[in-house]
Amino acid sequence: MALSGVEIFKLLPKTNCKKCGFPTCLAFAMALAQGKVELAKCPDVSEESKKLLGAASAPPIRMFPLGTGDKAAKVGGENVLFRHDKKFINPSVFAINIKDTLSNDELTKKVEEVITSEIDRVGQKLRVDAISIEFASGNAQQYESAVKLISEKAPNTIIILNCKDASAADAAVKIVAARKPLLYCATEENAEAMANIAKTHKVPLGVYADGLAALSSLTEKIKGIGVEDLVIDSGAKNAKGILELNTQVRRSALKKSFKPLGYPIINFVLREDPVLEACIASVAVAKYGSIVVLNSIEKWKNLALFTIRQNIYTDPQVPMQVEQKVYKIGEATENSPLLITTNFSLTYFIVAGEVENSKVPTWLAIMDCEGLSVLTAWAAGKFTAGKIAQFIKESGVENQVKNKELIIPGMVAILSGSVEDKLEGWKVTVGPREANAIPTFLKTRSA
Amino acid sequence: MSYVIPKETCSGKVLSPDFGKGSKAVKIGGENALPFHSFDGAIPNKPVIAYEIQDIFPDDWPDTVKNQFSSVSDNAVKWAEYCQNELKAQAIALRLSGTHPDRGDRSPQDAAKTVKDVLAAIEVPLIILGSNHMEKDAAVLVAASEAASGYNCIIGKAQEGNYKTIVAAALAHNHKLIAMSELDINLAKQLNILITQMGFDKERLLTDPMCSALGYGIEYTYSVMERIRLAALMQNDATMQPPILGDVGMYVWKVKETVATEAEMSEWGAVAERGITWEAVTATSMLIAGANLLIMRHPKAVETVNKVVEELV
Ligand code: B12
Ligand code: SF4
Repeated sequence: MALSGVEIFKLLPKTNCKKCGFPTCLAFAMALAQGKVELAKCPDVSEESKKLLGAASAPPIRMFPLGTGDKAAKVGGENVLFRHDKKFINPSVFAINIKDTLSNDELTKKVEEVITSEIDRVGQKLRVDAISIEFASGNAQQYESAVKLISEKAPNTIIILNCKDASAADAAVKIVAARKPLLYCATEENAEAMANIAKTHKVPLGVYADGLAALSSLTEKIKGIGVEDLVIDSGAKNAKGILELNTQVRRSALKKSFKPLGYPIINFVLREDPVLEACIASVAVAKYGSIVVLNSIEKWKNLALFTIRQNIYTDPQVPMQVEQKVYKIGEATENSPLLITTNFSLTYFIVAGEVENSKVPTWLAIMDCEGLSVLTAWAAGKFTAGKIAQFIKESGVENQVKNKELIIPGMVAILSGSVEDKLEGWKVTVGPREANAIPTFLKTRSA
Repeated sequence: MSYVIPKETCSGKVLSPDFGKGSKAVKIGGENALPFHSFDGAIPNKPVIAYEIQDIFPDDWPDTVKNQFSSVSDNAVKWAEYCQNELKAQAIALRLSGTHPDRGDRSPQDAAKTVKDVLAAIEVPLIILGSNHMEKDAAVLVAASEAASGYNCIIGKAQEGNYKTIVAAALAHNHKLIAMSELDINLAKQLNILITQMGFDKERLLTDPMCSALGYGIEYTYSVMERIRLAALMQNDATMQPPILGDVGMYVWKVKETVATEAEMSEWGAVAERGITWEAVTATSMLIAGANLLIMRHPKAVETVNKVVEELV
C-alpha cells in the first residue's frame, strides 16, 4: 500500500538539514509521496527506513521477465488505465497452447509454426512469443517428453508449463528451469506444492482462482511462501469476463494500490473459430492482458494480432519515426531516380517496401517531419516547399545524382511548382498518390 | 486484505437516438458506463452493425469482399434486400459513391431516386451517406433527406466545410445526423457545438471522429473515441454525449493487408481470412473504444463481431 506523506515523514531523520534540496523533511516526504523525487536524495535515511519505504514505493504492478536471452519478454510494470495518458509499457506476450497428447510429428509441426511466426512490421520484429504446454494426457512421463521435445525444438521461445499436477510439473520444471519458464498454475488445491516448486527453481508462477476475492487471498498466501513473480488468472474466459475482471484488476492495482492484485494478467482466449479468437484476443490486448494464450496461430491471424498489439502499445505522444537521411535502395547509382517522403515509420516502410518490389535501384530521401505522414505533415506545415528545398540542399544528395530530378508523393502534387521555384536547377516530378502504384511508375520510367 | 470491487459511477450518460421506424427501428447508446462496463452502470442498448451497400458497382472493393455480393451489387435495391433478407442485417448503410465527380458524378436527383427505391424495398433502418466530396455531398444529401422524409434515417456526413446545408436538410425532414471531424477531440466537440447552435437537437446527433484501419492509424481513432467517451461520462460534457459511429469497412478494405494475395505476400497467409480478420479486429477495437454503431462490409466479419458483442454484454 502506498504511504502518505505524513507516514513517510515519520521514517525520515527529521533534522531538516536541507541536503535533499527541500526546506524540510516534511516537504521532501510530500514530494516523495507524489513520486516527484527519489528517496536516494536524502543521504541520511536509515537502512531500516529504506527497506520500509522501498517496499512502499514498489511499482503498482510487478514487472519481471519471462524467458531468457533476446527473446525474453517483460510483463507487468504498467502505470495507466488508458493509453492516451501514457504509453502502455510491456506489449502482451502471445502464446499458443499445445496439448501433450499430440504425436511427436504434430508437436514438431506446431513448434515449427511458432518458430517461423516472426514478421517484420514497421521496423519491429514481431512473433508468437511463447508456447504453453498443456498437461492434457494425465501422464507425467508423456508430459515430460513433450516438454523435452518442445524445448529442444524451440530453444529460445518462452515456455509456459500449463500443468496443475504438482509432481508432473516438478519433473517438467527441472528440464527448463534455467530458461525462466512460467509455471502455470497454483490453485487453491495445490498452492503450497506449486509455490515450493517455483521457489526452489526460481521461476515465475501463475495463480488461478475463480474471481478476484479468492485470487487476492491466494496471491497473498503464495507471497507468504516466498514467491513474488506472479501472473494472475481470474478464470475469465469470455470477452465480458476478460474486460470486466482485467479492468477491475488494473483499477485495484493502480487506483487503490491493492498489492494482492498488483501482478500481470494471463488470459486464455482459446476458441475453435480462429477469426473469433483473434477478436477476443484483441479485447485482451486492449484491456490489460499481459499474456494472451491462443488455440491457433495462422499467419493471417498473427499479422492482425501483432498489428493490434503494436498499435495499442505505441507511444501516444511520439509517432514511430525513422532517421532523416537519403537511403540507398538496391544498387542505386548516379543515374537512379530520387524519391522524397516523410520520416513517419509507417510511411517509410510502405514506400521503401514498394520501391524494393519494383526492383529499380532508387534513392529515397527521408525528411524529418516529426514522424508525421505525408498529408499530416503537409497540413501541419512540416512538409512544405521551403523545407523540402532546404533539406535537399543540405543533404548533399546533389552530388550523388546526375539528373536533378526530385519525385514527390502524389498526395502533395500541389507542391510541385513551388519546390521547383525554390530548388534551382531541379525538375520536380509528381509520383503516384498510393505507394502500391510505385513499382509500375518506376518500371515504366526506367524502361 | 479483503477485496472490494473498485466500481466507478459516472455523472454523464450517452444520448440514445433511435432510427428507422416500426418494429425494425433500433436504438443505440444510452449507457452511463464505459463501453461494456456493465459492472459500473447500465448499458441499455447493444452496439449495432450496419451493412454497407453502394449506388454503383463496388469495383474498388477487393475480391474477398466484392465476391460476397457479386449477384446483387449491380443494383442497390437487390443489394439492400439481400442484406436484409439473407444476411439478416439490423441496419443498412447506403453510400452514394456514384455521386462523386470522379466516380460517375450522378446527380442529386438520381441519388434521391436510389434512396426512395431502397427505402421502398426494406424494413430495416437506413443510413444515407454521401461520397465524401464536400460540395457535392451538400447537394446530394439535401435531395436524399427529402426523398427519405418520414423514414427517420441517419444522414451523413456533415463536416466543418459543408455542415450548414446538411444540418438544415436533416432538420427539415426529421432525420438523425452524423457529424464528422478528423481525429481530433476538440474538432469533434466544436462541430457538435456549431451544429446544435443551428437549432439541431443534440439528441439527434452522432459523432464520427473518423475511423482508421488496423495498422493505419487505428491507435489514433481508438484514443480519440476513448477520450470522447470519458469526457461524456466522467466530466458530463454534454457536447460529447452523442453516440459514436465507426465507419470501419471503407478504411479496412483498401489497405495492403486486405488486398495483397498470398502469392505476393506469402508470409501473410491466406488473403480471404486475412481481410475478414482485419475488418473484424478493427471493428472489435472500435467497440472497445466506445463505438455504438459500425458500418461494415464482409458478412463473416459482421457475423463474428456480432458474436463478440453477444459475449461482451
Ligand atoms: C493518423 C492521422 C493523423 C495523426 C498523425 C499520424 C502521423 N504519424 O502522421 C494525428 C492525429 C496526430 C493527425 C493530426 C493532424 N491531421 Co491527420 N490524419 C491522419 C490520417 C487518419 C492517417 C495518416 C496516415 O497515417 N496515413 C498513412 C501513411 C502511410 O500515409 P502517407 O504518409 O500519406 O503515405 C502514403 C502515400 O502518400 C504514399 N507515399 C508516401 N510517400 C511517398 C513518396 C512518393 C515519392 C510517392 C510516389 C508516394 C508516397 O504512400 C503511402 C501509402 O500509399 C489521415 C487521413 C487518412 N486516412 O489518410 C489524416 C490527415 C492526413 N490529417 C489531416 C489533418 C488536417 C491533420 C491536422 C492538421 C488537423 C487536426 N486534426 O488537428 C493535424 C496536424 C498534426 C500536427 N502535429 O499539427 C488531413 C490532411 C488534409 C489535407 N488534405 O491536407 C487528413 C488527410 C485527414 C483528412 N481527410 O482531412 N493526423
Ligand atoms: S536530506 Fe533528509 S534529513 Fe535532510 S532535510 Fe532532506 S529529508 Fe530531511
